[in-house]
Amino acid sequence: MNKSELIEALAQDIGLPHREAAAITNTVIDTMTEALARGESIEIRGFGSFVIKHYGSYEGRNPKTGKKIKVSPKKLPFFKVGKDLREQVNTGR
Amino acid sequence: MKKANVTRKELAEAVADKLGYPLSVCGNVVDCFFDTLKGSMLGGTSIKLVHFGTFSVREKNPRKGRNPRTGETITIEERQIVSFRPSKKLRARINEPR
Repeated sequence: MNKSELIEALAQDIGLPHREAAAITNTVIDTMTEALARGESIEIRGFGSFVIKHYGSYEGRNPKTGKKIKVSPKKLPFFKVGKDLREQVNTGR
Repeated sequence: MKKANVTRKELAEAVADKLGYPLSVCGNVVDCFFDTLKGSMLGGTSIKLVHFGTFSVREKNPRKGRNPRTGETITIEERQIVSFRPSKKLRARINEPR
């Protein structure tokens, strides 16, 4: 589902008008984005956590041409699923 | 120094600040948001949030593993995991020089 379907589902779950569910969704996502942009981590019990990993610069290769290139330092966000959600998602089967 | 950590509490405060709800209900509002996300994943539906990223449930095939301490061979069962792929926009935002 996309964001508007999530908003719709949230509106039904908490019994609020679509417009308010949209404002809540945007506020939560924006707040998380800002935190990650500041290099902070996010930890939501029962859901999971986000951390920023820092990578130094390294020599990479273009896999197609084999040409060496310099990869600049970068930061990437990582999500680690929380225990509750991990166990609930893993139905085994 | 330990980096700041955003939790349910900070998100609830942001919702209260921006939308003017009483703080006392905002914890529940934030919980509901994540419960809805969870509900979708538990139903096997991935969620694509533009400018943030995609949460999806992926199937992992069974494979042979080893207990690193005893060297014993064990089978790792087929399982389902949650994966998150950050959007291009989010990755760019995080790497913006500040």
